[in-house]
Amino acid sequence: MASTFDQTGPSATAVAVPQGVPRRRRWIALLHDWPVLPLAILVPFVLIAIFANGIAPYDPTEPIPGAKIFEPPFWMPGGSTRWLLGTDFQSRDILSRLLFGARVSLIVGVAGTLVAGSIGTAFGILSGYFGGWVDQVIMRITDAWLALPALVFALFLATMVGPSMWNIVIILGCVYWTRYARVIRGEVLSLREREFVKLAEIAGASRTRVILRHILPNVMNSAMVLASLTIGVVIIAEASLSFLGVGVPAPQPAWGSMLSDGRSMLMVGDWWLTVFPGICILLVVLATQLLGDWLRVRLDPQLRNL
Amino acid sequence: MGQFIIRRTLYAVITLFILSLTIFVVIRLTGDPVTYMAEPGAQPADLARIRSEWGLDRPWPVQYAAFVRNVFTGKLGTSFNYEMPVSTLYFQRLPNSLELALAASLISFLIGIPAGLISAVRVNSWWDNAGKIVALLGLSIPGFWLGLVLILIFSVWLGWLPTSGQGDWRHLVMPSLALGWYFAASLLRLTRSSMLEVMRSEYIKLARLKGLPGFLVIAKHAFKNALIPVLTLAGINLVIMINVAVIIEVIFAWPGIGRLLYEGIFQRDFPLVQGVVMLAGIMIVGVNLLLDILYAYIDPRIRLTK
Amino acid sequence: MAPLLRVLDLRTHYVSFGGARVVKAVDGVSFTLEEGETIGLVGESGCGKTTTCMSVVGLLPAGAHIAGGSVAFAGEELTTKSPRQLRRIRGRQIAMILQDPMASLNPLFSIYTQVAEPAYHHRRLRGRALRARVCDLLQAVRIPSPATRMREYPHQMSGGMRQRVVGAIAMAGGPKLIIADEPTTNLDVTIQAQYLDVLKDIQQQTGAAIIFVTHNLGIVARMCDKMAVMYAGKIVEQGAVRDLFATPKHPYTEALLGATPKLGSKEPLYAIPGHPPNLAQLPRGCAFHPRCPHAMPQCLSEEPAERTIAPGWTAKCWLLDHTAKERYASATA
Repeated sequence: MASTFDQTGPSATAVAVPQGVPRRRRWIALLHDWPVLPLAILVPFVLIAIFANGIAPYDPTEPIPGAKIFEPPFWMPGGSTRWLLGTDFQSRDILSRLLFGARVSLIVGVAGTLVAGSIGTAFGILSGYFGGWVDQVIMRITDAWLALPALVFALFLATMVGPSMWNIVIILGCVYWTRYARVIRGEVLSLREREFVKLAEIAGASRTRVILRHILPNVMNSAMVLASLTIGVVIIAEASLSFLGVGVPAPQPAWGSMLSDGRSMLMVGDWWLTVFPGICILLVVLATQLLGDWLRVRLDPQLRNL
Repeated sequence: MGQFIIRRTLYAVITLFILSLTIFVVIRLTGDPVTYMAEPGAQPADLARIRSEWGLDRPWPVQYAAFVRNVFTGKLGTSFNYEMPVSTLYFQRLPNSLELALAASLISFLIGIPAGLISAVRVNSWWDNAGKIVALLGLSIPGFWLGLVLILIFSVWLGWLPTSGQGDWRHLVMPSLALGWYFAASLLRLTRSSMLEVMRSEYIKLARLKGLPGFLVIAKHAFKNALIPVLTLAGINLVIMINVAVIIEVIFAWPGIGRLLYEGIFQRDFPLVQGVVMLAGIMIVGVNLLLDILYAYIDPRIRLTK
Repeated sequence: MAPLLRVLDLRTHYVSFGGARVVKAVDGVSFTLEEGETIGLVGESGCGKTTTCMSVVGLLPAGAHIAGGSVAFAGEELTTKSPRQLRRIRGRQIAMILQDPMASLNPLFSIYTQVAEPAYHHRRLRGRALRARVCDLLQAVRIPSPATRMREYPHQMSGGMRQRVVGAIAMAGGPKLIIADEPTTNLDVTIQAQYLDVLKDIQQQTGAAIIFVTHNLGIVARMCDKMAVMYAGKIVEQGAVRDLFATPKHPYTEALLGATPKLGSKEPLYAIPGHPPNLAQLPRGCAFHPRCPHAMPQCLSEEPAERTIAPGWTAKCWLLDHTAKERYASATA
């Protein structure tokens, strides 16, 4: 509608702003039109994840020579600027581990979401496009997987196949695809009735072609919105698995396992071991949620109630 | 109505069948339990003996039939580790899990419903923005990290609450808050959107046109209608909380089903994991079915359209 | 004696984009209504009919506000009243019937509860008296066996029955004015006719005045004493129904009459060319000129003033201005 509003035109709207209606400030408009806050959080984390090797002051898997275990952050008594955020139970640098941990969280978050999205979108399109018994079978499978306690099942699978980052990616992808299948199926059901799909079918396009050329591009918006909402869930799930010791294997730094490492020292008040990794998870997930909300309003207002 | 119930029950049974098949196959695909169970260095003869003792040498269909029979007899198999029926173990722990889940539900109700209500009634106000922030944080703060931070604040620093274990209400405060936090946020979101939808309806307009006092329009006409989906979610949430509170129960050493499952997974106690996950699935499918029927009973439009 | 309702130069604006955009949904509407009289408010959708009604009852959606003018009801100014005072008037003195009978009733409350509410809150009826009142109301809207049906829920009733219940709710507070916003649009044709009879009954029994919002001129002819034709937030012509039907003065009224299907007529239906205007971007001059078959140069630049044709009959059109018309005629000759 905004495009139909033309201030220079001979329109009835060219009147003074009525009293009692404040003019919107510029920065509010900026926050509204662009995902400033989520990008301000996510971009640095992505850069850190990419350039962790260059930025990190120490090797995250090796003890710092000369450092004691559980050194506090630099601003606390006994802290040192040589290890800004202190050291852990093997006198490894916490800052370096946090920086490398960003890499794990983001890779698992993005890759796990991609796996979940691919499985769910494929199932959703097949179910919605073919209908009939295909639809029935896929939807009953989806119901069954929805009834599985997702995190418990992931925990079990991770225990069985052994800890590895890529195993976690696949496991989480296999556990979180159900929402995609449901939503995409609904979209395809209505797309199937649209003119351009019917026309393509009448023109003799093969089913594969109709799906790839006409259906898939039109469900990408919804898939994007779902993806932005799934990333946070996957990141928290990875942290949970790592916390329980079945996620990313030991010397490799992950925020979840750092929380687990710090847990024993929580009781004596060494809070930084617990607080820093948690805040990193919180910030990244918060940013993806905000980005998801923004995308949802931007790409597909019908999905607002998701 | 009768037909509706029959159709829904049939769907639920099919879902459970697929669920049982999924659990069975996935568990067998991920590894040979006997090698995990046996002492390191056990002789092949010992392995064979264990295998035949637990019926693992029989063909899969036979094993599956045994699994299904165990579900129907209510035993759900015998735990490797405890050498007791899984159902006995489950129901021993159920009261503890139920206690925690009810407390967490109460917390999620007390936070989620009033906050969602105020957000919807005073939409775009300061209250609404506060509600949005709570909802975002609810989905972004991992529950187990919140648990750790609560322990740090209330047990370590303030010394008000015990760190773990089960006892009086003071043991219940932190785990139920950590568990209920996420669900509070989801209830808040749903209450808000459900309430907003009802407030836009024609019958609310008519109620205002009748000249009813504002609070009566909201409390009598809007809230009752908006509450139906909220209660549905709350019911499902309760079942989920009983069965998946794994990390929270581990952190707070709470002797519930989550901990049972956690121990079962790490001891490769196949029948236990299989049985508990199946039981969780049965409960979730059952509650969904029950709510569907209840829903249709309250709101006849559902019966007619679906 | 003052009329029951006098709306004078009412202006209701929708403000969006933080004040950057103002839509004048109602732009200087004036009309009066005597007790027991029925006025038809006619026009295409989006011309400001519903907004006019909502301004009268003081229930505008978020973003809309009354920017000027007055609404005087029974000698009292409504635009300056507090929400609390307005609430006491709604349901008791002014009632409203909404478009959609399926959606107007709350699915979770019995018919009795919903009909009883206005009588309970405004007439302070309780117990047996209240039950008797509800029974009478349902009887008045010709619902068979009201004593049993009032225990039912909305989903147990047909659309026509539900709309009768909505009529009963409107009567329950004993109003002097009933606003009916397209009350028959969503009903079947046969049920429409029955419902119009019910409304006439209601009016005879209560002596209430009715504002009838519709785009169906057939209903206006049947129900109303006078009519007001709205276009782009303004009343372009108003007067007695008989006069306007016989000799419409405004080209838009004429076009509307031409677009009304006559039962059994073989004549092709005359449709008004063009689209209803976008209120956010109105043309200069007379808003109707892009669709008007008689548009003159003056119509493009200046807005016509209201002219009185006869007592109680006014129209806004340059065709009624003889000097303008002659100037145009001589220029084209």
